[in-house]
Amino acid sequence: MEIKSYISNKIPVSPSIDKVGVEERIARFQSRSIKNEAKKQGLNMVLSMIDLTTLEGKDTEGKVKQMCYKAKHLHDHFDGIPQVAAVCVYPSMVAIAKNELRNSSVKVASVATGFPSGQTSLALKLKDTKFAVEQGADEIDMVISRGKFLTGEFAYVFDEIAAVKETCGKARLKVILETGELVTLDNVRKASDIAIYAGADFIKTSTGKIQPAATMQVTYTMLMAIRDYYDETGIMVGMKPAGGISTAKLALHNLVMVKEILGTKWLSNEWFRFGASSLANDVLMQLVKIETGVYQSNDYFSID
Amino acid sequence: MKKELNDNWDYSSSLEAINHIQLKKKYNLFIDGKWIAPSKNTYFKTINPANEETLAEIASASKEDVDLAVKAARKAYTNVWSKMPASERAKYIYRIARLMQERAREFAVIESLESGKTIRESRDVDIPLACNHFFYYAGWADKLDYAFPNQKIESLGVAGQIIPWNFPLLMAAWKIAPALAAGNTVVLKPAETTSLTALKLAEIIEESGLPPGVVNIVTGFGETGAAIVNHPDINKIAFTGSTAVGKIIQKALVGTSKKVTLELGGKSANIIFEDAPIDQAVEGIVNGIFFNQGHVCCAGSRLYVQEGIAEKVIKKLKQRMESLYVGDPLDKNTDIGAINSKEQLQTIEKYLKIGLDEGTEMYQPKCTIPKKGFYCAPTLFLNVAQSSIIAQEEIFGPVLTIQTFRTVDEVIQKANNSPFGLAAGVWTDKGSRIFNLTSKLRAGVIWANCYNKFDPTSPFGGYKESGFGREGGLHGLSAYLKLS
Repeated sequence: MEIKSYISNKIPVSPSIDKVGVEERIARFQSRSIKNEAKKQGLNMVLSMIDLTTLEGKDTEGKVKQMCYKAKHLHDHFDGIPQVAAVCVYPSMVAIAKNELRNSSVKVASVATGFPSGQTSLALKLKDTKFAVEQGADEIDMVISRGKFLTGEFAYVFDEIAAVKETCGKARLKVILETGELVTLDNVRKASDIAIYAGADFIKTSTGKIQPAATMQVTYTMLMAIRDYYDETGIMVGMKPAGGISTAKLALHNLVMVKEILGTKWLSNEWFRFGASSLANDVLMQLVKIETGVYQSNDYFSID
Repeated sequence: MKKELNDNWDYSSSLEAINHIQLKKKYNLFIDGKWIAPSKNTYFKTINPANEETLAEIASASKEDVDLAVKAARKAYTNVWSKMPASERAKYIYRIARLMQERAREFAVIESLESGKTIRESRDVDIPLACNHFFYYAGWADKLDYAFPNQKIESLGVAGQIIPWNFPLLMAAWKIAPALAAGNTVVLKPAETTSLTALKLAEIIEESGLPPGVVNIVTGFGETGAAIVNHPDINKIAFTGSTAVGKIIQKALVGTSKKVTLELGGKSANIIFEDAPIDQAVEGIVNGIFFNQGHVCCAGSRLYVQEGIAEKVIKKLKQRMESLYVGDPLDKNTDIGAINSKEQLQTIEKYLKIGLDEGTEMYQPKCTIPKKGFYCAPTLFLNVAQSSIIAQEEIFGPVLTIQTFRTVDEVIQKANNSPFGLAAGVWTDKGSRIFNLTSKLRAGVIWANCYNKFDPTSPFGGYKESGFGREGGLHGLSAYLKLS
């Protein structure tokens, strides 16, 4: 199959990133004190931004159905708890999830393009994407070809993303960089720029299969790429840190970062998501603590 | 749903508790291990610059009180401290460091209350660094032979030390710790607007069992400082403060045998090259000038940006300034606290007016400023010329002047074209360029791809009108020794 070339000379040279400076900036975000009303509002926001995820070889209809119910009913013992933003599943589970979530605002996201390694042909990647979209996926989470990226074949990476984007049609495209394999922040920045200019609606840190995943350093670097693109073009791109964010505190630090870099405009599940499976319960635990003054044990929160 | 959720998500106020601190209504002078009323029975009020409320009354030391303090210090030096084995001296210094650490929270709150600096900085920077200075010099006390091998090492005697209001406890630590480690005794005068943490330190010194008279704290105004400088039985003067006062001190000491170190003003250049990590450089600009409301002698107050990226840097800097919170120093989310005094606020405002009169473009972000207390919004002056007054004189506030440059040689010339020479910052991805600049910039401290980083092991001090002598590290230790 012939690859259409989309790459243009519009991609700017990515700025260099100084890791020590990034860490210093992160420390400032982490020293923000989120208390009282701000905490309550923040925690509710976090819940509404979660992509509840199951991406296992052993996923079954039963598992996906249970997770979909949880997506709509995070904690019915309490009023006013929002639903999550989406569920994220493999393409073969999309139809099931879609059916379970009919008549709800919860979206269905599907990984595609040979997730998680992406080590397959472009033709298969496009087929994979097409299948997920046809099954009803509202969002596609694709992986970039990290091997190609690391050998300097940036045009290949760019063209591949652009081709997948075209195949997505109306589905929103999230581009997973798998930052744990890119290693340096300079690489993360370059990959972010490539993904954004190739048409990503969202950029996403990780598959969840590789460590480290969504560190604040990586998310910060990607948010800066989004910021620069917005300043240049006026177009908003979404951000999804995925993997490794399992506590309410860390999630709130991420929101602080989004607020201070991109502004409150990005603080909705249209533009910011958490890819996480265990985060929701920690956030619920904190919310219950705020309301009742006591912590409840894990057994009071359903696992899926 | 999401509209309601994200509507104006702002941080709720998060005030540091102050119920745990212990402040007396009135503080006397700490002389010879005792709290002594000032001979003329005069006291002055110290206020919280964030709300102008009185915190305590502080004794004003007269010439006679200073004389008493110097006599106590001399007696302690001759009879006790100079005779004590160095390893024993070290134990006292360690003990002071540990006691400070244990009471770090109280120190941080008092420092913020009186100086106006944010609790984030006093908690994370000032107090831990002050403790570290004591720990660091405690380690050297019994190893002076190794610090300065093959030299004869003698202590100096009584050190008179005068410190400023911008880092009250930290400056006290910079002065006292090396002096004690080198075997000297001390008479220290804190600045009149920030006496409290030095007096709390005196309480800790008392608790530590340090022999009476080894450290004496005399509070007061300029006359008290003059009495220290002019006292005939002092062997060493260490001063940190304004260049104007530094010049007076230097004149007063001409022809005397007193050793002297002066750490004075600055107008430090922060230089951004085209290949710099731009977002981190912007952060470095913010840390360089807005740290401690710009009340920093080494503040990166002259920004030089290479022309190719000037527009981008300024845009990003303005964006970054939108997320700076100005307000109550005790709120954990405050980035820029209160200006230390009404006088200093007036000085800053005078320079803002000069800048506007000079026809420079001024920028301040939208921010809410408390009605009571002394505050100044973070300020940029754009399109500034090398010949502008605001680019030449030290403002000592959150005010940054921005100039552009084209070539490396040009920026070296411009950076050095100043009566001051305290610090500089260099931002570039190129290591060789960093070394080229560090060897050509006439500044005591040069930071590469960072700014305002302090460490007890690293010497600090200036060239030209920024003073002479070094504090910190072995250099700082040698300033309190006679080496031959």
